[in-house]
Formats: sequence, structure tokens, C-alpha cells
Amino acid sequence: MNRIEELFKRKSERVLNVYFTAGYPEVDSTVTIMKGLEKSGADLIEVGIPFSDPVADGPTIQESNGVALSNGMTLELLLKQLEGIREKVSIPIVLMGYINPIIQYGIEPFCQKCEEMGIDGLILPDLPMYEYMELYKPVFDKHGLFNIFLITPQTSEDRIYEIDKNSNGFIYMVSSASTTGAKTGISGEQEAYFERVNAMNLNNPRLIGFGISNKETFDKACNHANGAIIGSAFIKAMAQAGDKGLTRGIDDFIKQVLS
Amino acid sequence: MKVKVDERGYYGSFGGAYIPEMLYPNVEELRKNYEQITTDLDFRKQFESLLKDFVGRPTPLYFAERLSHQYGAKIYLKREDLCHTGAHKVNNTIGQILLAQRLGKKKIIAETGAGQHGVATATVCALMGIECIVYMGAIDMQRQKPNVERMRILGAEVRPAESGSKTLKDATNEAMRHWINNPKDTHYIIGSVVGPHPYPEMVARFQSVISEEIKKQLLEHEGREAPDYIMACVGGGSNAAGAFYHFYDNENVQLIAVEAAGLGNDTGESAATTVLGKPGVLHGSKTLLMQTEDGQVIEPYSISAGLDYPGIGPVHAHLFETGRAQFLSVTDEEAMKAGVEVSRLEGIIPAIETAHAFAALNQMNFNPEDVVVLNLSGRGDKDLETYIKWGKY
Ligand SMILES: Cc1ncc(COP(=O)(O)O)c(C=O)c1O
Repeated sequence: MNRIEELFKRKSERVLNVYFTAGYPEVDSTVTIMKGLEKSGADLIEVGIPFSDPVADGPTIQESNGVALSNGMTLELLLKQLEGIREKVSIPIVLMGYINPIIQYGIEPFCQKCEEMGIDGLILPDLPMYEYMELYKPVFDKHGLFNIFLITPQTSEDRIYEIDKNSNGFIYMVSSASTTGAKTGISGEQEAYFERVNAMNLNNPRLIGFGISNKETFDKACNHANGAIIGSAFIKAMAQAGDKGLTRGIDDFIKQVLS
Repeated sequence: MKVKVDERGYYGSFGGAYIPEMLYPNVEELRKNYEQITTDLDFRKQFESLLKDFVGRPTPLYFAERLSHQYGAKIYLKREDLCHTGAHKVNNTIGQILLAQRLGKKKIIAETGAGQHGVATATVCALMGIECIVYMGAIDMQRQKPNVERMRILGAEVRPAESGSKTLKDATNEAMRHWINNPKDTHYIIGSVVGPHPYPEMVARFQSVISEEIKKQLLEHEGREAPDYIMACVGGGSNAAGAFYHFYDNENVQLIAVEAAGLGNDTGESAATTVLGKPGVLHGSKTLLMQTEDGQVIEPYSISAGLDYPGIGPVHAHLFETGRAQFLSVTDEEAMKAGVEVSRLEGIIPAIETAHAFAALNQMNFNPEDVVVLNLSGRGDKDLETYIKWGKY
């Protein structure tokens, strides 16, 4: 069974998914961060593949992408770093990235590698659904990779049902019309949107992302979904870890969110 | 060869709509409505009357006698430089502002490189009394200062794009991010035949007035509708697409697209996408793209801000792949020289973008009877500082 599926079978509340950009803060931070996340209590890890033009991202993740690239991170290097990761980390791992680096690597070899490394799913925000269904899905399926779609407050009801039908693992519920890290706090309007989606009785569990930054917003999101995703705030926490070191910084941040 | 976009926005293997879900409703709204809106009789009337009375169309097709003599062919210049605001860009912004109004949008955003598209957008927003924000790379704001001030005088807000290479690619990223954050009442006026479907085809159709007029005007001059050659510079490719549009299917017409080679295609400082690019995805479409092996977009270079873009519109990638158009490239130096040459031979100072098309005349082997139409996409007023800095005149 895919680890994501297993996770949601076991746990349907307060699931914490944490995003970080591979190659940030240092080129070889990847495995340290992943081990740290599992140890501090994260349920799922989303590893960002850096890209030069991350259009769906706000300033924090743009910057982590830029730093990662100037540190020399590449998709090939990331996949090398992930060799043997399943001996060190057992929670589900999802790779998130823009489609171009993956196209250049080659879809089939990429998926093949993902399977070998024990990757469970992919989030490719700029891959259109029809492309996925026609060209990518057969390859993803063959290698046991879940494809995770996004929905937003503007996504129509019909399209949410269509996305639900074509998704596996979970649905990434973008909390507001924004790029990553843009807003803090959750408004009544957003809560109404979460409830509207809840009332649709979808097949897939949902995690709320964008604007989740601390215990307060995590708790609030968890009232309306199976859990939440933290990205920009985690990147900032790592940047501020300073002298206490990366592992300690990660632990302090995650413990505070889950407290 | 038929050059036609399919239902999903592909020209052959290039195009599509590679956008994050946050942009899907906006782009889908456009895709569903643009054909109906833009073919509506009332829309056509308003579009044509603005092109005539506000832009000053039809622009002349001018027989350039001294230039013809110099290059040994009958060279006609399609005078898009005489459009209001000084370049072809306004044909598209007039079309898109009318479309935005019919979609009920209250605010406009745009990206700009040379500032010509920004000025053309600010102009139509002023005309319609609509709020306008233009993203422009911080570096481009320096090298195209007069256009920055023109936009401001017209009432637009110019926001510097400080990310990445601080040029057109990054201005486009910032405009897309703005649209993600303001999805409801905002229309994004893309300035070239790039972006997710339906933008490339929609912009090409607005610009196709160029080739529509060429056909009529050439008939008057030469007794035939189609020239032997059409030449145009390519940044994203909107002036070229407009000039080629009604000739795509007539294979007797040779389509010549001219890219910017910067300091030279082997120097690492170039913007010649068909020479240096591979298929990839940027700004919503699959197209030829300058990129590293890892799929990271390479920062291009050209002296001309309007050609300083790492991709080309998907239709041009298709024209290149199929061989329907021939792609040439010219360096900064060649373009600057050609710009001065045209100024002296014809009394027209061209935009540096357009000067690239002129420079490519040197690479052609014409017969004296050949009829050539060169699309004079814009005038050089905005580039005076660059001409002065270059100094060899
Ligand atoms: C005068 C002129 N020509 C050409 C271009 C390049 O754009 P496109 O390739 O879309 O025509 C620009 C862009 O700013 C321009 O100002």
C-alpha cells in the first residue's frame, strides 16, 4: 500500500505536512531536514524541487529556490541524495515541483527513480489535468506514485468533483487566492470555503495549505480538514535557526505547531 | 501547410495551458469566451473604429526605394512605427481592453520589456478609465526610462520586478503572481504571443490586422496580394505572428523570423531561442526555451529589451520545427549598425528590436524582382539613449 494511503487510514485528523526546498539552506541539508521532520512529529514530507521561475510562490519560497539553485542543487543531485532515504525516514514523502525540470529529466526515468527511492506522490502545480490523464497517469500508476491536485476558493464545484475523481492520496486545498506565504491568519470567508468543500463529501482527504504558519493557524485549519501544510513559515524558521542549529530549529518549530 | 491551433491550444507539439490551479478559472473564462466576444459584430465595429481613429490604421505600406537599391530587391516597409504609441503593441491592447470590459473586469495588469507594451496598455487603460499596473524588470526600467515616465504620465503604476534577472521574464512572473493574488476583477493583458492558451492565438488574431492590410496594400502597389518574403523580428513573436498570419498557408511566401544574438550565439550572451533552446515549459506554454540541462531557465541577453526573452511563442516554435519559417539571428552590433543605416537611407529611426529585422537583410540572397515586406514594428524614440551610448554614427 502507498504510504500516503496508509497514513490517512491510520490518521484522519491533525495531519501535518511540511514543505521545504531541497538545497536550502545548504545543498546537503536534505536528509538532515527530513530526519528532523520525522523525529519532531511531522506526518508527511513535501520536498520542493527548486526551479528558476516559481510563479505560484511568494517571496520566501522564491528566495529558497534561488538559494538552492545557487548552492548547486539539481533534480539529479536531489535524487542522488534520496538514495537510501527509506533506511532513514519512514513517513510518506511527496516531491513538489514545476514541470519543466521533470520534463528535461524525462518522465519515465524520473518516475522510475522515484519508485526506487520510495517516493509516494507528486505535486506538480503547473501540470494540466488533461495532460496528466493522457500522458502522465499511466506512468505514475506503473510506479505507484500518487498525483496530488490543488483546489482553490475559485475552483468550481464541478471541477472539484472531477479533481476528486482523478486524485489519489489527498487533495491540496489552497486556503486563499494567493501565492505561497502571502497571507497570515484564516478569515471567516476562508472557513466558509472549507466548509463548503467539506459538505461535498469528497472521496479524498484534504490538507489545507498556504498561509498556515503556526499553532493557531494549524489548529484552525485542522477544524476544517484532515490536516494542513506548512511551507514558507518553516523555511523562515530554518533561516532563523542560526546558532542552535538546523535540527534543533526544526524541532522547536514543529513542537510549537503541534503543541 | 495549415498553421492552426487545436482545441487545447497546441500548434503541433507546442502550446497548451500549463498553469497552476489558481489561474485556471481566469484562463478558462478567457478560453471559453474570447472567440465569441471577439467575433461579435459590435466588438468588431468598436475594435476597427478604434484602430482607425485612435491608432491611425491602416498603417502605410511604404516602398523603401533607397533600401531596395542597397539590397537588390523591392523592399516594402509595413509602418507599424506610425501606430499611436509607436509600435504594433497597441493593436493587441485595444483588442484586449475591449475584451476585458466585456468580461466585466475592473483592473488591468501587464508585463513589459522595452516598455512598448506597457505604454500601449497604459494608453488603452487611460482611454477607458481603467486602473492599470505594469510590471517591468528593474534593469529594463533603467534602459527604457522614457517609456517608464510615459506610463506614469498616462496614470499607470509601474512596479519593478526585482526577482531573477530583473528583465522581461521576471516581469512576466510577477504579473502572473499578481493575477494569482487578484483573480476576481483583474484581466492580465499579455503583450506577445506567449502564455497559456488562449493567449498566443488571441494576441496573434489581434495582430493579424497587419497581414490583412499588407494583402490589400500590396495588391495596390504590385498587383498581387502576397510578397515573396516577409521579415520580422521575434521577441515573443507578436509582430511576426501578425505579419505572417494571413500568409501561413501560402507556401510561396517565405517567412523570415529574426532573433537577437546579443554578443553572439556562442558567447553565452544571446537571446536566440531557436539556436540555443530546447522544448520546455515556461509561462504557461510548452515551447522552445533557453534552459540548463536541469531545466532551469537561462537568463538571455540582448541589447534590445523587447527581444530579451528566453522563449518564443509556441506558434513560432512550431514554424521553426516544421521549417515553415526560417529563423535568423543578428548580434547587438549588427542591429545597431542596421538601425543607423535605415535612419540614413530612409529617414526612419527604427526601434532596436526592429533594427534586428533590418540587419538580417545582409543574410538574404534576393533576386532583383523579389518583393519583400519587412515589418517595421516600432520607432526608435524610446531607444535614443541606447543609440547615443553605442555612439557609432
Ligand atoms: C518595436 C518592437 N518590436 C518588437 C518587439 C518584440 O515583441 P514581439 O516579438 O512580440 O513582436 C517589441 C517588444 O517590446 C517592440 O517594442
